[in-house]
Amino acid sequence: MEKQVQYLEEAVIRFAGDSGDGMQLVGTLFSNTSGSIGNDVNTFPDYPSEIRAPEGTLYGVSAYQIQFGQKRVNTPGNKIDLLVAMNASSLKVNLPHVKKGGLIIVNSAGFDEKNLKLARYEKNPLEDNSLSDYQIVPINISSLVKEELKESQISPKYVDRTKNIFALGMTYWLYDRPLNHTEKWLEGKFRKKADILASNKQVLKAGWEFANKSEVFKTQFKIKRSDMEPGFYRNITGNNAAAIGLVVAAHKANMPLFLGSYPITPATEILHFISGYKEFKVKHLQAEDEIAGVCSAIGASYGGYLAATTTSGPGLSLKVEAIGLAVILELPLVIIDVQRGGPSTGLPTKPEQSDLLMAMYGRHGEAPLPIVAATSASDCFDMTIEAARIAIKYMTPVILLTDGYIAQGTNPWKIPNLDELPDLQPKFVTNPEGFAPYKRDPQTLARLWAIPGTQGLEHRIGGLEKEDITGLVSQDPANHQKMVNIRAKKIDGIANDISLAVVEGEQQGDLLILGWGGTYGAIKDAFDKLRSDGKKVSYCHLKHLNPFPKNLGHVLKSFSRVLIPELNTGQLKTLIRSTFLIDPIGLNKVQGLPLKAYEVEDKVNELLKEKE
Amino acid sequence: MSTVVDEIAYRQHLGTVEYTPKDFKAGIDVRWCAGCGGYSILAQVQRIMPTLGIPKEKIAFISGIGCSSRFPYYMDVFGVHSLHGRAIAIASGLKIARPDLSLWIATGDGDCMSIGGNHFIHACRRNVNLNILMFNNEVYSLTKGQYSPTSQQGQVTKSSPLGVLDDPFNPASLALGSGASFVARGYDGDPKYLQYLFERAAKHNGLAFVEIYTNCVIYNDGAFDLFTRKDTRNEHSVMLEHGKPLIFGDNKDKGIKLDGFTPTVVSLTDGKYSIDDLLVHNEQDSTLAFILANMTYNPVMPRPMGVFQAIERTTYEQKVEDQIAYYSGKPGAGKLENLLIDEDSWEIK
Repeated sequence: MEKQVQYLEEAVIRFAGDSGDGMQLVGTLFSNTSGSIGNDVNTFPDYPSEIRAPEGTLYGVSAYQIQFGQKRVNTPGNKIDLLVAMNASSLKVNLPHVKKGGLIIVNSAGFDEKNLKLARYEKNPLEDNSLSDYQIVPINISSLVKEELKESQISPKYVDRTKNIFALGMTYWLYDRPLNHTEKWLEGKFRKKADILASNKQVLKAGWEFANKSEVFKTQFKIKRSDMEPGFYRNITGNNAAAIGLVVAAHKANMPLFLGSYPITPATEILHFISGYKEFKVKHLQAEDEIAGVCSAIGASYGGYLAATTTSGPGLSLKVEAIGLAVILELPLVIIDVQRGGPSTGLPTKPEQSDLLMAMYGRHGEAPLPIVAATSASDCFDMTIEAARIAIKYMTPVILLTDGYIAQGTNPWKIPNLDELPDLQPKFVTNPEGFAPYKRDPQTLARLWAIPGTQGLEHRIGGLEKEDITGLVSQDPANHQKMVNIRAKKIDGIANDISLAVVEGEQQGDLLILGWGGTYGAIKDAFDKLRSDGKKVSYCHLKHLNPFPKNLGHVLKSFSRVLIPELNTGQLKTLIRSTFLIDPIGLNKVQGLPLKAYEVEDKVNELLKEKE
Repeated sequence: MSTVVDEIAYRQHLGTVEYTPKDFKAGIDVRWCAGCGGYSILAQVQRIMPTLGIPKEKIAFISGIGCSSRFPYYMDVFGVHSLHGRAIAIASGLKIARPDLSLWIATGDGDCMSIGGNHFIHACRRNVNLNILMFNNEVYSLTKGQYSPTSQQGQVTKSSPLGVLDDPFNPASLALGSGASFVARGYDGDPKYLQYLFERAAKHNGLAFVEIYTNCVIYNDGAFDLFTRKDTRNEHSVMLEHGKPLIFGDNKDKGIKLDGFTPTVVSLTDGKYSIDDLLVHNEQDSTLAFILANMTYNPVMPRPMGVFQAIERTTYEQKVEDQIAYYSGKPGAGKLENLLIDEDSWEIK
């Protein structure tokens, strides 16, 4: 049969099934294959917080969404072009995300009476015409893999588990992707299980052939490669990027690395990764609690390590007293807070940007510290390096804010050339001549750092206010004021050492969108769309939240109106208002969901209309 | 690959390590109340330091908050006066990072057993090589006299004017139950014995917990008189000595005998029992250690003093070092390129 070919700029697909259907795996394989042929890719896993939810249920649905394209792809996409649904529940849960007219491939074997009941369908949606707005393609994948592997020696249970690979093969034909990247992965994965490897490869191929021959698929979609810079790439989650960032930062600092951490969703994977890095001489402690996580890191930092602690909102709440100690001890410490919905236990697996004010003010006393934020999964690497750079150079704890969305989503990361990254090496004092623990570098105001083991430099530090220079305990009123001022001035001064705020679009005018952290992709998509529609709007995205880039005041005052979209009730807005005495407009979403480009677009259009 | 820290950690000490106690005095005024038991503990620590043969720069004292936690300021070695309850957590991180250091913790009954209780039990279980000196005065002193987790039932304090209702922790039992490899008890008024305990703690390769009955002259004066005063201590306490029978009394006329698992006091003068019938202490017997520790609040038993348990167990930081040595020593290990580029990577040309 003659197939049509249609070229697309980008596409959004979603694999959805039961928790045990391997949807995360095929999603990852699809995105890696797409990256390997030169598409830009952005992904988001959407899985239940239950560990093994009962089979076939609505709350047991696991999904993986991928947007891939020829141009820069900033988000996992909004409406889905292709949904692969392995059972009735996964169709029901994901149908609202499918574009009208979108393609839906369902495994019809997942629509038996039991599955329909679990999905709370009264009638089979494949038969009652309720899906007429979509191109619905029911395929009995279960029986196709059974037929395909009828000669195979592997158990019937395992045969059924290859359904996901069959579906993947079909999507590879639909979007014209090669099989070799996935075949190579399978060869690595099942190196020691020849029969399973052979079955998976056979089923992958069969899926591809099925789509190629089937009369229901009349069109094959093609997406040209994007003009990505030459180099090595990999799809990476934000948590993985942060973990690698810590190792690389320690390498660039010529320091050993220590992570003190306690398991907490959605930050735990950083601990998982780091705990597997023993070959890089990384030390870690899975501590008895969040407090011991940060305190052990402070101990390691005192010993001269690049020390980090990783957590999410509730954990940050528990760590704040110790972070205040690190502020007064003036020791470097990287604190990674993977933000989730709060307050309290809140929405553990869902993203929010609601820890900004806690990062900024959540300590007793005057305890300023630098705050940076990552804009995407791969940017978690860069911002971890940046947090470590600031921490070591300025002898201060630094909070890096990411969120559950970028921490678990992926995008292609251009693997850096380590020689091009900054040198982070600390200057340990070894000469006792003229040493005092709170003597400072006149430029950075960082105090001198002498670590235990340095002969002749034995000294005591602590949480009591200390006398300027000597570090001796001091209750002197004027000294306290002086030390409070010095600590603040040191942090403020970092503004001279960070990149300036960059404005896209006109440098002055009516409306500026000001974003921060993990909402970059959505705002950028909205901004690009608005600009291509000829709308007059500018865009600035912050990665340094404290101190702000030193030109930010000038930038903000160059616009009549500033719109701040953020996943909280107006935390950056509050900071901007109090710092620059302007009254920004908020676009505030707190639904445990990522920001969507259309939400920003709609808000900007509404604001532009007001002015007309 | 050697790091900037290795350069300092492995640096040879220049000159001698023949110190005097004075070399460990920080040269600032000690600000405990006159008559505080802390003075004796400080003096004994400074006295034993020169005997350890450890360069000063390799020693650090970490403390939390409370009267005892001022300790690091008075020692001319490295030190951190940290947060209430957190000294052990900070020191655990430091010890894992820097096994080359000799780490000491000065803490109190409130700091160690109440707000810091979680860190205490987990450090015991991990067997981090820390020397924990717990100044037990059975009261919160720095906050001016509230009951602590080791205060006795009925004790009148500012926050228990009608008497304490809580049962106290028995610190030795808590430490043993948490897996501490070295557990001992002494008191401020016996300088020689404290020196002995501190030396034993220093030389013990693993977590060493030393509970020190410390008199608070202001808020709980005389709390330990029965066990520490010359005229009463012989009758009310028993000294544990490895390999020796448990004998006590003014005339060494009483002993401890085991009835099954129950220790009982027997007379050595009524002709029924001789020294041969008595319980012989064995520091390596952890079952015995529990039995002895549980005598603590038993009103008919003498209060046990000395080393309850001293057993060797691989330290946590050693296991960390071993794991790192194993995995970093494999052929081709530790190449950062392999961390950056994985099997899913691709090249855009």
